Amino acid sequence: MTVTIYVPRDAAALALGAEKVANAITQEIAARGLDAKVVRNGSRGMFWLEPLVEVSTEHGRIAYGPVKAGDVKGLFDAGFVDGGQHALHLGPTEDIPFLRQQTRLTFSRCGVTDPLSLDDYRHHQGLKGLENAIAMSRAEIVAQVTDSGLRGRGGAGFPTGIKWKTVMDAEASQKYIVCNADEGDSATFADRMIMEGDPFVLIEGMIIACIATGATKGYVYTRSEYPHAIATMREAVEIARAAGILGPSVLGSAHAFDMEIRSGAGAYVCGEETSLLNSLEGKRGIVRAKPPLPALQGFLGRPTVVNNVISLASVPVIMDRGAAFYRDFGMGRSRGTIPIQIAGNVKYGGLYETAFGLSLGEIVDHIGGGTATGRPVKAVQVGGPLGAYFPRALFDTPFDYEAFAARDGLIGHAGITVFDDSADMLKQARFAMEFCAIESCGKCTPCRIGSTRGVETVDKILAGIEPEKNKALLADLCNTMKFGSLCALGGFTPYPVMSAMNHFPEDFSPAPMVEAAE
Amino acid sequence: MNMRISAGELTERSLQIIRDLKHLEGPMLPILHAIQAEFGYVPEEVKPVIASELNLSRAEVHGVVTFYHEFRDHPAGRHVLKLCRAEACQSMGSDRIADRARQLLGIDFHQTTLDGSVTLEAVYCLGLCACAPAAMVDGEVYGRVDEHCLSEIVAGLSR
Repeated sequence: MTVTIYVPRDAAALALGAEKVANAITQEIAARGLDAKVVRNGSRGMFWLEPLVEVSTEHGRIAYGPVKAGDVKGLFDAGFVDGGQHALHLGPTEDIPFLRQQTRLTFSRCGVTDPLSLDDYRHHQGLKGLENAIAMSRAEIVAQVTDSGLRGRGGAGFPTGIKWKTVMDAEASQKYIVCNADEGDSATFADRMIMEGDPFVLIEGMIIACIATGATKGYVYTRSEYPHAIATMREAVEIARAAGILGPSVLGSAHAFDMEIRSGAGAYVCGEETSLLNSLEGKRGIVRAKPPLPALQGFLGRPTVVNNVISLASVPVIMDRGAAFYRDFGMGRSRGTIPIQIAGNVKYGGLYETAFGLSLGEIVDHIGGGTATGRPVKAVQVGGPLGAYFPRALFDTPFDYEAFAARDGLIGHAGITVFDDSADMLKQARFAMEFCAIESCGKCTPCRIGSTRGVETVDKILAGIEPEKNKALLADLCNTMKFGSLCALGGFTPYPVMSAMNHFPEDFSPAPMVEAAE
Repeated sequence: MNMRISAGELTERSLQIIRDLKHLEGPMLPILHAIQAEFGYVPEEVKPVIASELNLSRAEVHGVVTFYHEFRDHPAGRHVLKLCRAEACQSMGSDRIADRARQLLGIDFHQTTLDGSVTLEAVYCLGLCACAPAAMVDGEVYGRVDEHCLSEIVAGLSR
């Protein structure tokens, strides 16, 4: 029987040398005349083990990693095609604790299947949600999504079902589904992993959204920084079209839906939904005032669902297993699972999908294993560049939308950046303002000017110029930005700034020598 | 591609690209990406062509081109080295890597070496945050970039 060897094609695996490993394995198979083939899967999301090579054996899939091209010959010598022992042998993939303890619903196929094989997709429960949806009325689909408790995974946490209902009820000759794949937050890569590792699940989610709302055209707006994801998505769309999953008759039904993959051009603010819509229309990525809601006047002024990749990719499992199944995971008003992305200075970095409710400390210390440098954890930033810095004292915060909001933070797109004790929180606060200044769309004054004034004020604190007065000024400025900005860029930049200042006051102490020289 | 071409040819090739894409809903960004892929940048002379084909003012086209960090108003070097400067990479010492890159290349961010071989750019997140610091060279990605790895990358580019 042909042995299947899996080598990921995920960008992070490629960044760590997966292409060379795959080539070496192909050469070795040919040189040894073995009956084996290489499948390029997505990543399992354990990046300290990438490139993670798996071999299918009669005892299931056996993992080896991290594999370098130079290890390949030795692996074959050790009989790894039969799961043989080797220094890099990790045992059955599914038994690796990081993976075993997860609840993979949205990411159930990511890293398991060949991302561009429809047969593989169907074989692993793919299209079941869509088939169920086709047999239902629009209102029934929307009710399922609403009852599941699914909330926007892009960061805003708005109930997905309510958004869909607004679009469903809107009267228009043309409606759209727009997938926000402009994953610009540092520490996040879940959207990228889905697009590269299981693109059909996103396509399926978008088709279900189309059936529920009466849309016939969809767009995935992703980042130019994600060339691998763009290429995989475009290929997947072609395959789905050829198979009759996309097109004038979705799976032979009366529903028509087609979609395109569009690329942004390096503007962070285009991850904000109204800015994204302007960009998609070919305009400058300037934020629009709301109302009107995009659900009523979105792309080209027509009713539009704008959902994050993970929100849409979670819909197929909800439609397959039912709203109650999904809703039973989680806590409070945060239902279902969340793919937590553990990044930065962390020992076991990667993607960890689990029900809401784990404490931040469990995630960082137990799952992440502390820092990569081995030094103490000083702070973690949760939710990307607009998220707050949490000190160890707040590590009891459960991973839940409301619990984070109650502590002046946000879970955002669920990315966590770990910093060791060498981090300078004043510098991080300055960067937050600087980043806002670079990326501000310029429409509203608090964001456009406030961010630049913020950088200057932090610099004054750093230089020891009237530090107490400037700290008060910075807090006041943050207050203006928070309540006066049009969107989350200017409105949430105060989170990292204020949390750094409040939780790490020692880093904001004046430099005495400079002050003496004043 | 930044070979010298005549103004007439520039217009002709741009028109071809624009006419291939103008049927799209919101064709501007796909057109600009295709123009940049063709010429290596978005030439000033192309803006009025796009404006006329899409029935927009030249100012509107200029506004869009200059809004996005990705579009260039002049050709880049033969290679483009992008270093991630966002938080996850910062936590793993990307500022040191950035300093080293500036030193090795003798240029700052958004500049090109005198021999035209390398353009150095900052990028805010490549989605490789669990194997930081990250870099991208002409579309190829690198993770856990340390000084040794950076030196090898830079040496490869100067050749």
